[in-house]
Amino acid sequence: MSTTTSAAPPRAPKETRAARRVRLTDRTRKERNLGWMLAGPAFIAMVAVTGYPILNAIWLSLFDFRLTDPSGREFVFLGNYLTILTDGLFWQQFGITSLITIVTVSVELVLGFGLAMVMHRALYLRTALRTAILIPYGIITVVSSYAWAYAFSNTYGFVNGVFGLGEYDWFGGTWSALFTVCVAEIWKTTPFMSLLLLAGLAQIPDDYLEAAKVDGATAWQRVKRVILPNMKAAIMVALLFRTLDAFRIFDSIFIMTAGAQNTETLSFLAYRQTISRVMVGLGSAVSVILAILVVLIAVMFVKVFKTDLSQQRGDKK
Amino acid sequence: MKVSRRTQAFWIAGAILIIAYAIIPVLWIISLSFKEGDDITNKSFLPSTWSWENYKTVFASDLFTTALRNSVGMSLIATTISVILATLAAYAISRLDFPGKRLVLGVALAITVFPVIAIATPLFDLWRNIGLYDTWLGLIIPYLSYSLPLSVYVLAAFFREIPWEMEQAAQVDGATAWQAFRRVIVPLATPGVFTAAILTFFAVWNDFVFGITLTSSEAARPVPAALAFFQGASQFSQPTAPIAAAAVVVTIPVVILVLLFQRKIVAGLTNGAVKG
Repeated sequence: MSTTTSAAPPRAPKETRAARRVRLTDRTRKERNLGWMLAGPAFIAMVAVTGYPILNAIWLSLFDFRLTDPSGREFVFLGNYLTILTDGLFWQQFGITSLITIVTVSVELVLGFGLAMVMHRALYLRTALRTAILIPYGIITVVSSYAWAYAFSNTYGFVNGVFGLGEYDWFGGTWSALFTVCVAEIWKTTPFMSLLLLAGLAQIPDDYLEAAKVDGATAWQRVKRVILPNMKAAIMVALLFRTLDAFRIFDSIFIMTAGAQNTETLSFLAYRQTISRVMVGLGSAVSVILAILVVLIAVMFVKVFKTDLSQQRGDKK
Repeated sequence: MKVSRRTQAFWIAGAILIIAYAIIPVLWIISLSFKEGDDITNKSFLPSTWSWENYKTVFASDLFTTALRNSVGMSLIATTISVILATLAAYAISRLDFPGKRLVLGVALAITVFPVIAIATPLFDLWRNIGLYDTWLGLIIPYLSYSLPLSVYVLAAFFREIPWEMEQAAQVDGATAWQAFRRVIVPLATPGVFTAAILTFFAVWNDFVFGITLTSSEAARPVPAALAFFQGASQFSQPTAPIAAAAVVVTIPVVILVLLFQRKIVAGLTNGAVKG
């Protein structure tokens, strides 16, 4: 591969590679080639479009760079990161993003579990139930955001009328505006969560529940002692997917509040810096920080997940 | 399990509650789209008089019709290419032994984890430099890379359940690896491919971030992005009711797909996530 090294060292690996190639049967080699022929195009499509922008974003994040003033581009190394991390606004938005994530994901977990239980147990209305639940899943996030924003609006909405709230302005304060955003998010994504939980629920043998019932366990005890421990894997997968997703919340913020009343999230900040304010350097730095945070959350989940699984295995010994 | 009548009544009540939960917001936006003129501010769930006015406004507006054309065109193209590439890749991953298999899966996972906005902003910069900004291709390419991981996982999960022996039997009978793929696996895998296509279409149809960051005009702007920039019939009229009508129009394909393929979508989502 390398063209600059001296002649002697590369020859050795070449020989071993050739030797290995001889050992490989014709069929194995064909299989390997076919493997890459088939997987290659998808691999290239994934890497080409994401690899370069990611590296480019990291590179640009080291510059003080405004799109409208290319000549003023200046290398500031970690300066952008310092600017962001010492800015109170960033931490406030980090707080808002985390709050939305924690609230929506926990409500979704409880609600999603209830939905999954009903889908699993209901003998009637099964098809209608699954069809209905897929509508929030499939609907465009922008559309659901508009539906909820208009429902809560004090000019167009029915919510104030139904609950007798008069002219209450949901979008006039941080907490009430965040509440509406959370409602919209929860409505749209609980079905996805519940389907993942349903997959876990379906894998619990009925005998377990039957046995618990015979032994006199109450419904609550059966949920707590039999169902939940046996679907830990499904719960972790659902939580991981949804947490990563919720932390990147953007569409509903953009449509429902546009970041007004201090409801800006980190994704929205990255967008505003780069696209609206054309501060490409600073915006890229926000993007990189956001990506690092998401990876950290993922790693944290996988760690907890692993120790959890090994503990379970330990219990059985 | 034996279920008493009372327990069953409890589950039915739960089911009805869930169905209401799922469709009330949709009914609300539909009802809103039929409110005419000042009726929009009547603050009740239903319109006083039902009117097609907003749909006429929306379809008379170039902004919406071009956006709809862009959305349909780009979604179909991206879904088709994505599913073809994912089918080939998933076959290789689930059936063949080749070095770098884990790399492909790892990259797919990394992309699903990486925030879209973190890709969109550098792409904005790059696309402007190479002339892909505000073009169909400029959106189809990122749609591809973002939908591929999902389709690869869903399809790999499906392919693992296809009986191995049939492919080997074909090869014993003298078929090459390629023929075994083409003649034996493809027909067995078609339902899975179909499911992956629906899920991919949903994902691409839903896109908003790329739509607003990588376009600046009607040339390539998809519907979700166009909705955010939508104006009323005149500059001074509120766009609320026309937005509701446009929102209903773009929800129709979703509802049709859900009604027709409910079983497949549920199977695809649960299989891909748990086994993938």
